[in-house]
Amino acid sequence: MGRFLIRRLLGLIVALAVASVVIFLCLEVVPGDPAAYMLGVNARPDTLAALRAELGLDGSAVQRYFDWIGGMLRGDFGISYTYRTPVSGMIVDRMWVSLPLALYALGLSVAIAFPAGIWAASRRGSAADLGVMGVTQLGVAVPNFWFAMLMVLLFAIKLRWFPSGGFAGWDEGLFAGLKSLTLPAIALALPQASILTRVMRSSLLDTLGEDYIRTARAKGVSRRRAIWAHGLRNALIPVLTIIGLQFSFLLAGAIIIENVFYLPGLGRLVFQAISSRDLIVVESVVLLLVFAVIAVNFAVDMAYGLVDPRLRGRR
Amino acid sequence: MKGLWLGAILVSVFVGAALLSLVWVPYDIIQMNMAQRLQGPSWPHPLGTDHYGRDMLSMIMLGARTSIAVALVAVGIGMGLGVPLGLTAAARRGGWIDEIVMRGNDLIFAFPSLLIAILITAIFGASAVNAIIAIGIFNIPVFARLVRGGALSLWTRDYILAARVAGKGRARISIEHILPNLTNLLIVQGTIQFSLGILAEAGLSYVGLGAQPPVPSWGRMLADTQTMYSIALHLALVPGLSILLTVLGLNLMGDGLRDLLDPRVRRAAR
Amino acid sequence: MSLLQIEGLHMAIHGQPILRDVSLSLARGEVLGIIGESGSGKSMTAFSVMRLLPRGAGCLGAVRLDGRDLLQLPERQMNNIRGRMVGMIFQEPMTALNPLKTIGDQVAETVRLHEGLSRRAAWDRARAALARAELPEESFPLTRYPHELSGGQRQRVVIAMAIACRPALLIADEPTTALDVTTQAEILNLLRRLVQEEGCGLMLISHDLAVVASMADRIAIMRAGEVVEQGPTAEILRQMQHPYSRALRAASAHAPERGAVATGETLLNCDGVVRDYALPRGLLAAPQHFRAVDGVSFTIKRGESLGLVGESGCGKSTLTRAILGLEPLQAGRIEISGQPINANGHVDPAIRKHMQVVFQDPYGSFNPRHRVERLICEPFHLWDDPPVGAARDKAIADALEAVGLSVADRHKFPHEFSGGQRQRIAIARALITRPDLIILDEAVSALDVSVRAQVLGLLADLQGRLGLTYLFISHDLSVVRSITDRVLVMKAGKIVEEGETRAVFDAPAHPYTAQLIKAAPRLPEGVGG
Repeated sequence: MGRFLIRRLLGLIVALAVASVVIFLCLEVVPGDPAAYMLGVNARPDTLAALRAELGLDGSAVQRYFDWIGGMLRGDFGISYTYRTPVSGMIVDRMWVSLPLALYALGLSVAIAFPAGIWAASRRGSAADLGVMGVTQLGVAVPNFWFAMLMVLLFAIKLRWFPSGGFAGWDEGLFAGLKSLTLPAIALALPQASILTRVMRSSLLDTLGEDYIRTARAKGVSRRRAIWAHGLRNALIPVLTIIGLQFSFLLAGAIIIENVFYLPGLGRLVFQAISSRDLIVVESVVLLLVFAVIAVNFAVDMAYGLVDPRLRGRR
Repeated sequence: MKGLWLGAILVSVFVGAALLSLVWVPYDIIQMNMAQRLQGPSWPHPLGTDHYGRDMLSMIMLGARTSIAVALVAVGIGMGLGVPLGLTAAARRGGWIDEIVMRGNDLIFAFPSLLIAILITAIFGASAVNAIIAIGIFNIPVFARLVRGGALSLWTRDYILAARVAGKGRARISIEHILPNLTNLLIVQGTIQFSLGILAEAGLSYVGLGAQPPVPSWGRMLADTQTMYSIALHLALVPGLSILLTVLGLNLMGDGLRDLLDPRVRRAAR
Repeated sequence: MSLLQIEGLHMAIHGQPILRDVSLSLARGEVLGIIGESGSGKSMTAFSVMRLLPRGAGCLGAVRLDGRDLLQLPERQMNNIRGRMVGMIFQEPMTALNPLKTIGDQVAETVRLHEGLSRRAAWDRARAALARAELPEESFPLTRYPHELSGGQRQRVVIAMAIACRPALLIADEPTTALDVTTQAEILNLLRRLVQEEGCGLMLISHDLAVVASMADRIAIMRAGEVVEQGPTAEILRQMQHPYSRALRAASAHAPERGAVATGETLLNCDGVVRDYALPRGLLAAPQHFRAVDGVSFTIKRGESLGLVGESGCGKSTLTRAILGLEPLQAGRIEISGQPINANGHVDPAIRKHMQVVFQDPYGSFNPRHRVERLICEPFHLWDDPPVGAARDKAIADALEAVGLSVADRHKFPHEFSGGQRQRIAIARALITRPDLIILDEAVSALDVSVRAQVLGLLADLQGRLGLTYLFISHDLSVVRSITDRVLVMKAGKIVEEGETRAVFDAPAHPYTAQLIKAAPRLPEGVGG
């Protein structure tokens, strides 16, 4: 187990390093140099020179890369050019919106998909199964931002149950914060819950066709117990993979959904930074999101070890 | 089988509209007509008009063209690069090519297509072409992984051994024996990636990272009406339902094709 | 009164009749053997007793256990019968256990379900059940997971689960088909002992007449969903009235006529062949190797038929692949007609031309998208000037006719043929370039006995007519005995014995060979044709 862990950890570090190089190189190929790009065509020579110095453009690319990564490791993400405040502070503030939103949505997705998938699988071919499959077919096809717009119209503008946008802030209390995140989280969770339901259902159906389910039934295990005691944990293995992948879709989806609801999250930050050509912010946020995706997939890998004893073994 | 037909009908309606828009649309959409703005469905304008008085049907037809073209080319990029990579990786299992392909796949999977789009846009600005590239790049590992997995299981078949005993090389076997037996898998996955591409394009256009004016796109139609769809609901319903129905049609087709082409399912159905 | 009484059982799945008027009975302490080829309905009979049939299945008739008709019981009561009154053992031990639960938990589950014991008490019972199945706790702790056990050991866990509640009836559905000969003998002995010690009834289902004959008190023979004959074992083996039964017995004891003579000229020569596989290595550990083939030397003479026998994992498949030039060697050399195979990692087509191969699986041997003519012509790729036009047509026709297929079959796809016919196509593919050596890698192992006899007959006939040389690889001793001149016995990568087939079988020199021969189930003397 220890060796397995070390191996995976090394893999994780390599993946993070390569991803950071890719992002760095992407921004290195900006037409002209980054300073000229950020300031636009009408920049005055002295401001340009000042920004060049601030970005360290006079040094070599290798030097700048290590300065950037070194700073990141110390928690110093540089100074935003447009806002003149430390990027790290901005990111931390925005994280308090984006991370709860992604987790809220993931929680909803799992909370809907597991029961729905199990229910449909255990009543295969019934009206309930067909109903679940029909609804998920629609859920997969709905663009989540459009669904969000319709929900705003119904629940915020017509019924006034939820705010139509903006974020109350956690200072207003947990309830107020969650309330302003509820519609965005539902919009984010709908397609993911639909996909996860279908995966859960088909994975459980596959598992229920396995020989060991028949063995269990031959011991006198009821159909119901066979699903819960033998089928479910085996069915969870592919489902875990999908949950890991979904996290990256949730992060990406959150960037769009934050724009529908005017939530001050990382997604909004990135768009504002793009329109104001603030590359310092863009590269830091993108790197952070990529790190999050890699880290979650690492966590999923680890979770396999908990579920499946075959992976815990020697290797 | 019903699903396949329904899906095929939905898809052909929108593909037909996109093709028709190449030669004819009911109204010119460059021309604004403020006197006709925000009208509901009527005979002259079956889907109503938007906030500039432009005909929604014409906008939807032209938007279908953008969406379908972007998604189709992105699938093409993904297949064009992913399939050879996957075949090579499987043929040289465990070799350095395999290692590079797999690690490269993992890396791209860490960048959701939206993040790629953000990076590209931050550097080169927003355009439909950049949306295609962003979605296409994300499709490469999808196909590479699918083909590698499918090919690896085929490489263990006895008929591949027989071909090797007949002196055929790995490249020849990949093309003659492996690829033809993966076509079903590719058709099904291609349909799914096509539908995901439509959704991704809509999302990118919605946040302004996709097609730029005056090129119409469904996603931007929704973004443009964000402030007024509460007073003219058709502004949100028409483009939204177009996306929904196209994606739904493609997914139904994908599922239907899978059932049709997968001999295991076919046998069970008989 | 008999323990199990099946009366006029009819079963259909989605209206398709599977079983017709099956009537069987079994007493306590008795072994009832059910024999038949695949699709004969023997397994479905067992699943009907357990009421574990596929969706859409419906039964008519009666299945009485101790007088109570199981077909009339509600599902809830049936759950109390399964595991407590009837235990079942399955064919495929590798997949029959839940991979995520310890063997202790899985065995204990039977007891906990039926006797409501505490976890501790249930584990004590599981320990005892595993010990009865000859998996003592000292060597096999209850905390083991299935993937840590071999196939035979897993089958013992399944048996322990079946006998944990001491059921009155045990059903074993092809319990040893997936196992090696020596393991098969051990499992059969265990089952025999359990029947004696616990006095339960055993319903033993198998396709192998020899296995059933050695175990059963009474035998029922099934075909196409019907019992065609049943009675006491000795009587059935002596009489076998039904034409199908006769065919079955004849096929089981079949030895094809052979007339080939070896010329003495060496065709294939293996000398000190070594093949290592790298094992997955630890981070800092030195690379480790698994030696699959360990210094193997032998020769095959032109016109000879050489058998290579060994259990799974002994290295015979790796050796085959090495001879075919598909595996690099770490040491030693392989020569065919004096030319080295795989001298520099690349095999020259001119050398490959000398040999062809027939594989085990009649379903995986052909690209499903190609027609027969394209399939069997594939080896022509080895020729510099492959035949075209009329010459190609003639080659195809000759090859198909040689294996007993019709020329019209050339336009068909592989899925249009049965398993035995596909094996004929595979032989046609191997023949078409007229190679010197044909390697038959478990070529008849996947076939039903009667089909197997026909294919073996065809192989013997072809060898006589065309002067072919065979390397016949199999785990099945009876097959090797019937068709080879000389035999090699392989164990753990090494050849442990070599000699004339008859001599080796009559007086094995190596203890392992003796063990193999002893373990192989045999029909009683005097039965055969």
